[in-house]
Amino acid sequence: MTTTSDRTVSRRGPSPQRRKLIITAYILITPFILVFIGMVIAPLLYAGFLSLFQTRLIGGEQFVGLANFGEALTDPLFLGGVARMSAFLLIQVPIMLGLSLFFALAIDSGRLRGGRFARLAIFVPFAVPGVVATMMWGYLYGDDFGPIAQGVRSLGLPAPDLLSSELMLFSMMNIVTWSFVGYNMIIMYAALRAIPTELYEAAELDGAGAVRIGWSIKIPAIRPAIMLTLIFSVIGSFQLFTEPRLLATIAPNVIGTAYSPNLYAYTLAFTFQDVNYAAAVAFLLGFVIMIISYVVQLSNARSGGRS
Amino acid sequence: MTSTITARRKQRDPRDRRSGLLTGLVWLGVAYFLLPLLWLTIASTKDNTDLFSTFGFFFGDEFNFFANLESLFAFRDGVFWRWTGNTILYAGVSAVGATALATAAGYAFAKFEFPGRRFIFSAVLGSIMIPATALALPTYLVFANLGLVNTPWAIIIPSIVSPFGVYLMRVYAADSVPDSLIEAARIDGASELRIFVSIGLRLMGPGMVTVFLFSLVGVWNNYFLPLIMLSSSDLYPLTVGLAQLQALSTGGGGSTAVFSTVIAGSFVSILPLVVAFLYLQRYWQSGLAAGSTKE
Repeated sequence: MTTTSDRTVSRRGPSPQRRKLIITAYILITPFILVFIGMVIAPLLYAGFLSLFQTRLIGGEQFVGLANFGEALTDPLFLGGVARMSAFLLIQVPIMLGLSLFFALAIDSGRLRGGRFARLAIFVPFAVPGVVATMMWGYLYGDDFGPIAQGVRSLGLPAPDLLSSELMLFSMMNIVTWSFVGYNMIIMYAALRAIPTELYEAAELDGAGAVRIGWSIKIPAIRPAIMLTLIFSVIGSFQLFTEPRLLATIAPNVIGTAYSPNLYAYTLAFTFQDVNYAAAVAFLLGFVIMIISYVVQLSNARSGGRS
Repeated sequence: MTSTITARRKQRDPRDRRSGLLTGLVWLGVAYFLLPLLWLTIASTKDNTDLFSTFGFFFGDEFNFFANLESLFAFRDGVFWRWTGNTILYAGVSAVGATALATAAGYAFAKFEFPGRRFIFSAVLGSIMIPATALALPTYLVFANLGLVNTPWAIIIPSIVSPFGVYLMRVYAADSVPDSLIEAARIDGASELRIFVSIGLRLMGPGMVTVFLFSLVGVWNNYFLPLIMLSSSDLYPLTVGLAQLQALSTGGGGSTAVFSTVIAGSFVSILPLVVAFLYLQRYWQSGLAAGSTKE
């Protein structure tokens, strides 16, 4: 901002023209801000407030400070869920985003047949509700009737039990990967399309190969889009709920009521009617996710994201 | 054809640059994404016996698609229709609301200087990081106190807040509505709101389609929020209804719902969104392109 323009603005003061602009801006954002305060800020404050109380048999509702948070941080059920989701995050997210990036680059390169169709086909699972995707894969995983087991057996091999406690987490990773590779791919692909082509046409003339152009020009250029998908994936994977809850109907012995922190918060609130503790768990879960998201963003900024 | 021409064509003609290996790998991926849906399509034509006795990717002995639909629509006096109607209502109203709020706010953030702009925008951006489900439980508690649980409002009101939509529309408005055009309209004496409606809205179309579709999918596919907010089955959307049907089937015990019904229901429930995405792809893809390049 230059000093001259600042001075002209301040000399004029809030001119009628400028006041009109400010009023218009407020008219336009007010509807969103009202709902935002009502549906984001207020619930957060209310949950924070509730999480400071405990309902005791004697004495009823009592202020207990941060006791609920202390309890959650030593609660093996909550910690177990967080550990499970951390494993999920560390394994599933790199695979999913790697696949998304591969498909986005491959389709963008124009070096394959039917790229347009492939792009839409890979994206279509995103439109399938998590409930339907989980049911569908639940049948496909079935030990005796599922086509996966049928296929493996027809080769004369023993079929893996994809719904066993050892493989369940991986089976869920597969469902989430299936659902969201396309969504992330589309975000990356849209960013690739927005790169000015001169940027890599010049490199091509200099003799850079497709892989080299992808690695040195295209990936750095779409870094913001990759970051966006990474943040969304971190948030998404910690929120796992639909998959464990639905697969629990098929494999009740494998999936307990605290399989994911979200499922645990749900169980606390609706099965045990302990809203105070449930609010603390939900709050803590949101907190964990925000911290991880910030760490991801910080490490990105530090490793030269602003080149 | 001389050799120089072929050499030059190698640079220009994309057909010559096609890679068999790449095509093979990507199409392997396509198979992974489409096979489950192919299975769902085939399975929706089987009766309950065939479903468990025949190979998954092959048709059963009889074509039972319409019989399955009949039993689906007959289930509990046609409650599936209600669920479909509810889903359309919740998702439609929420997506229209979310798009309207995000478009107005995004345009204001992009095109006006006003006190508090920076602060409000960072609050909105930060809230993207609050997981929806961590928010759903507190929202439930607030709604329970207000007596709004088990009403359509409990689904619609929380769903019209789309911080990502605001972000996307801000970026999109900044790129697609030229300041010079706004200035020209101001000189012609048009009011700010009139400029927004007649110029802004028209140019922000693809961005709006994108926000609309992604909000639509978000609400259409949401399971957690309606599960905790709604207790009467007449208000369920398809997701909660189908999950309940599924639980009934698994529970067995001579219940009316069978797997073939659930599968037919799943098949029917995913068609509208798939069609919407394919039909509107031209618009939402260009809308997304703007939003994904900015940090």
